[in-house]
Amino acid sequence: MADMKVAAYICQGCGLGERLDTAALASVAKKEGKAALIKEHEFLCNADGIKMIRDDIANEAVTHVMIGACSRRAKTEAFGFTDVCVSRANLREGVIWSQPETEEARETTQEMAEDYIRMGCAEVKKMTLPEGDPAAVTERTLLVVGGGVSGMTAALEASKAGYKVVLVEKSGALGGWAAKLHKRTPGKSPYKDPQNTPVAEMAAAIEADANIKVYLNASTSKTSGAPGRFEIEISTESGSTTIEKVGAIVQATGFELYDANKLPELGYGKSANVVDQAGLEALAKAANGSPIKRPSDGGEVKTVVFVQCAGQRDDSGKHLPYCSGSCCLTSVKQAMYFKEANPDIDTVVIYTDLRMPGNGEDFYRSGQEKGVIFTKGKVSGVEAAGNQCKVSFQDLILNDQVAIDNADLVVLATGQVPNSGVDIDTKLKAEIAAAAGDNSLMEAYTASQQEGAVQPISMLNLTYRQGPDVPQLKYGFTDSHFICFPYETRRTGIYSAGPVRRPMDMVQAMEDATGAAMKAIQAIENAGLGRAAHPRSGDLSFPKVRLEGCTQCKRCTVECPFGAIDEDEKRFPLFNQARCRRCGTCMGACPVRVISFENYSIDTVGSQLKAVDVPDEFSEKPRILILACENDAYPALDMAAMNRNVYSAFVRVIPVRCLGSVNTIWINDALSSGYDGVMMMGCKHGDDYQCHFVKGSELANIRMSKIGDTLKNMSLEEERVSTFEVAITDIERVPQLINDYAALIQKIGMSPMKGF
Amino acid sequence: MSENYRNNFLKEVEERVEEGHWVKMCMQCGVCAGSCPLGAHWAHPPQELFMMIRAGKREEVLTSDSMWMCTSCYNCVVRCPRKLPITHIMHGLANLAYRLGLSPKNQTTQKFASMFWNNLAQTGRVNELKLSLGMYFKDGFGQGIKNAMAMQSVGLGMVKAKRLNPMELFGGHGIKDKSGFHAMLKKAREIEDRRKNFA
Amino acid sequence: MAKKTYSFYPGCSSQTKASSDNYLKSTNSMCKYLDIELKEIPDWNCCGASIGYAEGGELPRIALSARNMALSEQHNPGMDLVATCAACWLSTREAKERIAHSSQTLSEANTALAEAGLSYKGNQAARHMAEVLVEDFGFDELKRGVKKPLQGIKFAGYVGCQTNRPFGLAGESFENPKYLDNLVEAMGGEAVPYDQKVTCCGGALAFSEPEKSQKQIKDIIESAYDHGAEMIVTPCPLCQANVEIYQGEVNKRFGTKFNIPVTYYSQLITVAYGGTAAEAALDGQLIRATRLEDIAKK
Repeated sequence: MADMKVAAYICQGCGLGERLDTAALASVAKKEGKAALIKEHEFLCNADGIKMIRDDIANEAVTHVMIGACSRRAKTEAFGFTDVCVSRANLREGVIWSQPETEEARETTQEMAEDYIRMGCAEVKKMTLPEGDPAAVTERTLLVVGGGVSGMTAALEASKAGYKVVLVEKSGALGGWAAKLHKRTPGKSPYKDPQNTPVAEMAAAIEADANIKVYLNASTSKTSGAPGRFEIEISTESGSTTIEKVGAIVQATGFELYDANKLPELGYGKSANVVDQAGLEALAKAANGSPIKRPSDGGEVKTVVFVQCAGQRDDSGKHLPYCSGSCCLTSVKQAMYFKEANPDIDTVVIYTDLRMPGNGEDFYRSGQEKGVIFTKGKVSGVEAAGNQCKVSFQDLILNDQVAIDNADLVVLATGQVPNSGVDIDTKLKAEIAAAAGDNSLMEAYTASQQEGAVQPISMLNLTYRQGPDVPQLKYGFTDSHFICFPYETRRTGIYSAGPVRRPMDMVQAMEDATGAAMKAIQAIENAGLGRAAHPRSGDLSFPKVRLEGCTQCKRCTVECPFGAIDEDEKRFPLFNQARCRRCGTCMGACPVRVISFENYSIDTVGSQLKAVDVPDEFSEKPRILILACENDAYPALDMAAMNRNVYSAFVRVIPVRCLGSVNTIWINDALSSGYDGVMMMGCKHGDDYQCHFVKGSELANIRMSKIGDTLKNMSLEEERVSTFEVAITDIERVPQLINDYAALIQKIGMSPMKGF
Repeated sequence: MSENYRNNFLKEVEERVEEGHWVKMCMQCGVCAGSCPLGAHWAHPPQELFMMIRAGKREEVLTSDSMWMCTSCYNCVVRCPRKLPITHIMHGLANLAYRLGLSPKNQTTQKFASMFWNNLAQTGRVNELKLSLGMYFKDGFGQGIKNAMAMQSVGLGMVKAKRLNPMELFGGHGIKDKSGFHAMLKKAREIEDRRKNFA
Repeated sequence: MAKKTYSFYPGCSSQTKASSDNYLKSTNSMCKYLDIELKEIPDWNCCGASIGYAEGGELPRIALSARNMALSEQHNPGMDLVATCAACWLSTREAKERIAHSSQTLSEANTALAEAGLSYKGNQAARHMAEVLVEDFGFDELKRGVKKPLQGIKFAGYVGCQTNRPFGLAGESFENPKYLDNLVEAMGGEAVPYDQKVTCCGGALAFSEPEKSQKQIKDIIESAYDHGAEMIVTPCPLCQANVEIYQGEVNKRFGTKFNIPVTYYSQLITVAYGGTAAEAALDGQLIRATRLEDIAKK
């Protein structure tokens, strides 16, 4: 690589020239930043400015560019030079837009700008250009696990996009849950009547598709590797095994109905005339269009009662706490089976809230038109009496305890339980519960570890250090964020689709599977180029580790939110870069600081914070370091500035990839350099987390809760290091947080660590 | 109990109540109840009446004075997300209750509604004076004098403003073709009674 | 503009010496200024209003309107049927739509009409006078005739129910229709915003449930006052009557001191067009609209 040559460019546009002494900034870049080439420009992002930089790269052998202009989030295309290292000093949003335009403020505003120039120069010098992964490979084949409607959709869509597919189905035929249905809820306009299921059609299309290879009666007995180079061992019931190489995986392992045997109070198991939704489908299938008979005696059915939310949305802790989002549609459809055969059959759906996703409202209306009676109520019990049942319930509209005492059939809508495989966090969750004083999970966990205990069956049998299946988000569903990152699991290159991801109906499952197939294709292509997947899409940097310094503490392997790091035979961390999302959590975790990225490292941040000019104790100018998450907090700061929401001139902001990447050494360095306070701004963590890297902000919070000792050793107040949850929308709140914190620092006084 | 939550009453409503086939389409959101100017005075707001119909509570529905609270402002109609013609259904329920003799005794709106119809049916046009006096005297002569006295100043003001004619008491406005008009109404009622199975 | 001719359905309350006698008089004056000819439907009958349901039922009510429409078709062919009363318009238009949507209703209505020697075809639109003004003239055109702008008078435009719901004027919202305000402003007056513009006055229940209705009336007037209105203007005879006539009762019941004139848009337009107080039938107000009278005198 050529010798480093740093060029600093200072923009005078957008009011920078008027508000700042850019000549003084240039002089800082020269004297302190040691830039070899310094240029001011009246409008740096215009064609002329960009050409100037381009020419310098071409003619002056510039290798490192420091741009003192707007935020790194602005003008990303104009300043997106890929052949040199680039740092940005945020003079616009970070300085002139966030500071008052007054004569009194001129001095502190200029000081801020000069510090950002120092920081930009310091940072860029520590950066090297990401080389990418010369060994990057990719296999343009998808593995789809599960041959239900979701899995079949994913396979067909991927094939249509030109990719090969290996489809593994545990049973002897494709179709999954849908194959058990008499009819499906409508997926097409006018959404009025039940339709035939797409199973036969899809299975035939798969059969005819040369891109799709199907394994029936089979399971994935071993999954190793990384995106682009997964190796799958497929075992069939007959005992044979095959190895398939794939680039990405779609897990569409579906659901089971919640076990109605757990609902004896609703009559299940006590009368043959009480069935779950699968039971009714079986009856309908058997009847095949002729009237459904009463199971107990084959008698005529005159009244059917559908009990919604049976064992669902339960707050007693005994049953499913959630809504399965599809059973209301199913009950309407099943009521129509009866109405179609004979409109005089009374069909009553007892619900607490009807939830009709998608175009389900039209279907609901159609049910009403066909004479299905909907009653808002809560069923308290179902008693069998001869060949009929008595359904007792509270009518929630009429506020009346009532009963339908001659139901010939009662259908319980019991909801979906995902086939997620092994919950790899069972032990962790048990430990957390035990720490909070609840030992029940730990007892259950211990029992499950006894010899002979029934073990959950793994869906993927991953050879990853962190466990054989993908982590579960909530209630056992395999997702990483229901809203922000659909299909993404916490295992790069593995996407979940359909009811295993969250409860859903067939329409949604087909959309889901299409989306997951597209994400899987992206992952395959990114892997081939050595690029990161969401959310740092396209990033070519990945962790580099100096193994000679590694103490094998395993914190990186344990804390990586994406299970990217295994261990080699010598128990050193083994980085699988294609699995890495480039959040830097490993870098933040490493106590000996041997992990870094080419363009983001202990040094790039450390040297920035050390480059800041810290005035002495008597200056009355404290310095506060802000480490701000680039996904939420940093844009919030930028947007606050766009709205001219002023904040303290004493802060210096460094964006970080994730709070999880913050290494405590930075905090130590800041405090010993005489900073008066450190604010860490990350995303919301906990159950409703908003962290783009799922666990990053939570880990940072845990690490920082342990920093109290360090502060004590330095005789510093605890408040000098504080963490804050900041959302991207906090554009009013974030300046307030800063100002409140600055006031607090003012109150506790200047750090005694200055000048050492 | 066995008639509970069965379709019998709903079917009757669909056959005998104006726009009654809409009752099954209510989705129980309650916007009608919240939109009614006299909402607080309904023992059972429309959505509840609809549920009661679906629950087979024939007697409770038809003896209720709720639907007689309707001012025909159509606020519920324009706000109903399911576009139910609620005002008409209320009118229809009131009509059914009245025809079956189940509406509450001395329901003032019911009395006024009958008086209004009979008044217009006589001459083809409304005689406002007779209608008002009829309303004052509906509870007997003594009460009528009291009511009329209470409204005397209003009445005199109306006369002064030429908006009430004392001579209306003796004849007043009317259409010419009374016989054709009466025959038409008789026929219409006959058809309707046959269709709705009223004796 | 050329003369416009409509088949006119005045309705019971607009008859001579009936409760909205002043509505009819001022409408006639307004039409004279606008060069509108109103051809009354010969021998029209009561629409049944919305209170006739208990005794009247469904088909007899439809027959009432069908008779008016049949007479209109027969005697005033080629014209739109226009009503000034909200209930008349609503009943007519509702009957028209019911018949249009059901061939059974059409044949039943015609069977009844045959008894009176009539038949209904359904070839005339059923419109409200406000629609004629807004759609056939438009605010700019209406403004052109103003000779005495109603400068400085603050009006609460009270649209009420049945001119507004369920049909209303095309393009207007049910919650906040603007045409009456626009009409006031076209006449040079000021339309104050207030929150009871489409609140029900109690309608026919003013008779049968006076206490409940007067609470409605009180809310409407109070809000008009609170927002600075000096006068209420409305397109509906029942709104006008209820809100004006019962002010004394409301004052007694609620201890208020309301005394706000309640006028028709046709009176405003007549005065703004230079008509006399008599032409605008301002002598028909129980609570005199003195500010309009002053302008009319000038």
